[in-house]
Amino acid sequence: MHSGRSDKYSWRKAKNALVSAATFLSAIAVITPLGLVFFHLLVNGASSVNWAFFTQLPKPVGVIGGGMVNAIVGSLELLGLASVIGIPIGVLGGVYLAEYGSARANSMLRFIADVLNGVPSITWGVVVYGLVVLRFKSFSGYAGGLALGLIMVPLILRTTEEVVLLVPNGYREAALALGIARWKTIVHVVMKTASKGIITGILLALARIGGETAPLLFTAFGNRFWNHNLAEPIAALPLQIFTYAISPYDDWHRQAWAGALVLVVGIFCVNVLVRILTRERKPSIV
Amino acid sequence: MLERRGDTIEAVPETEVLPLTFQIRQLSVWYGQKRAIDSVNMDIPSNAVTSIIGPSGCGKSTFLRCLNRMHELVPRTCMDGKVLLLGQDLYSADVDPAIVRRRIGMVFQKSNPFPTMSIGENVIIGLRLNGVRDHKFLNERLEKSLRMAALWDEVKDDLHKPGTSLSGGQQQRLCIARALAVEPEVVLMDEPCSALDPIATAKIEELIHELKTQYTIVIVTHNMQQAGRVSDHTAFFYLGKLIEFGPTTKIFTNPSERQTEDYITGRFG
Repeated sequence: MHSGRSDKYSWRKAKNALVSAATFLSAIAVITPLGLVFFHLLVNGASSVNWAFFTQLPKPVGVIGGGMVNAIVGSLELLGLASVIGIPIGVLGGVYLAEYGSARANSMLRFIADVLNGVPSITWGVVVYGLVVLRFKSFSGYAGGLALGLIMVPLILRTTEEVVLLVPNGYREAALALGIARWKTIVHVVMKTASKGIITGILLALARIGGETAPLLFTAFGNRFWNHNLAEPIAALPLQIFTYAISPYDDWHRQAWAGALVLVVGIFCVNVLVRILTRERKPSIV
Repeated sequence: MLERRGDTIEAVPETEVLPLTFQIRQLSVWYGQKRAIDSVNMDIPSNAVTSIIGPSGCGKSTFLRCLNRMHELVPRTCMDGKVLLLGQDLYSADVDPAIVRRRIGMVFQKSNPFPTMSIGENVIIGLRLNGVRDHKFLNERLEKSLRMAALWDEVKDDLHKPGTSLSGGQQQRLCIARALAVEPEVVLMDEPCSALDPIATAKIEELIHELKTQYTIVIVTHNMQQAGRVSDHTAFFYLGKLIEFGPTTKIFTNPSERQTEDYITGRFG
């Protein structure tokens, strides 16, 4: 009797050790690629990240040097345009899902948003190509911004809905019981309480689209020169990296590494910002 | 600013001489198929504390929420009957629920100061979001409300601190101050002390006693001693029905109904 129990115990200990080891190895498997990416980018890109990279335009083919300032600025312009489309629609839609609407219609909208979140990003590029580029007969910054903005909408919508639903019902009731109108309650109490979560969702969506290349191939198209007219093709960092990486020139390869490093560091910074925001959020939502 | 009085109605019971704040006639409420309140008739006197007691699930909170139309926030509820506030039908088609709730304040079981706002902002938020901009007026009302809620001396130097930094009992008094700041005519309290320790409870009860000179108070409580201590009138609810309603001393010493007596003596519930 006693020995049987002890056998069971040692088997249980063995199972515990086995599962612990498996989870540990999985954790390593998750972290390793991140380390490899950073290491590789630093080794290959760090030496090419210099002042010229951030301040100069691309040099003509065959001339050594130059930078990607047009692509960096172009990416920021595209992100700005995408935000103008994606943030209001995403945030308002998410608030609608959490606060208004019938349960049946909402579960359908939620399902559609989830499907949209799973649509490959190149599909968005093709859709906008069909809708905008063909109609106006030109690749353009507008088309690129629209493609990225459309990707943002379902991302922001779902995160906004989730953080708005996290706001305890007691606050809504307290505000409504003061005779405050429903929309004011939602804007001044509910959304204010959820604001850090909403901002976090927006930043994560920006980080996600910041590195998107595929939707820009048929829309923004890329540009080797300064262009501040959004009705014309515009440069973007991921596009420039793509173009340089598949080129046959060593100098362009170096610059592509540098561009990739800058992009990853930028996205990393956004994610760190998100961590800081979410860490402060916990005490405020009880 | 607000419509104070509408048409007065006929039915005031002959025995009742007190002025009435609420007249409730044949009130029934359903959640989907389930009947939560069954044909309740009740007259709630002014400037007095009326407590509502009964076992869990008897419809006390639902009844309270019918008085300021808060039950409408729950999907698939429907109600029948009339609730008159000083003679005006709260459920007639031209009455805005927001206006009803401005006239009838509410304090909840769990204290819920807004987490993004300071103590001061919490108190005046009802006025501010209803369009009051005058700073002098807001500051006066802030102090007055906190004094009435017996909280001013404890927080007057910390008005900028978050409302959630206060203790549980202070938070509940802050919620009372917030409800008083919009100058309601009635204050509804839904088990306001159930999450508080005995000292904080005693403070709230003392406060209720003081407030009844200016307000009509309706309080739902699980604690029969509390009902005995704070209220002038007591209503006993059971399974959605109003079993007995009368002066608190009578309900607790000489109830007319067998069910009331059983509940009060602890034979069930």
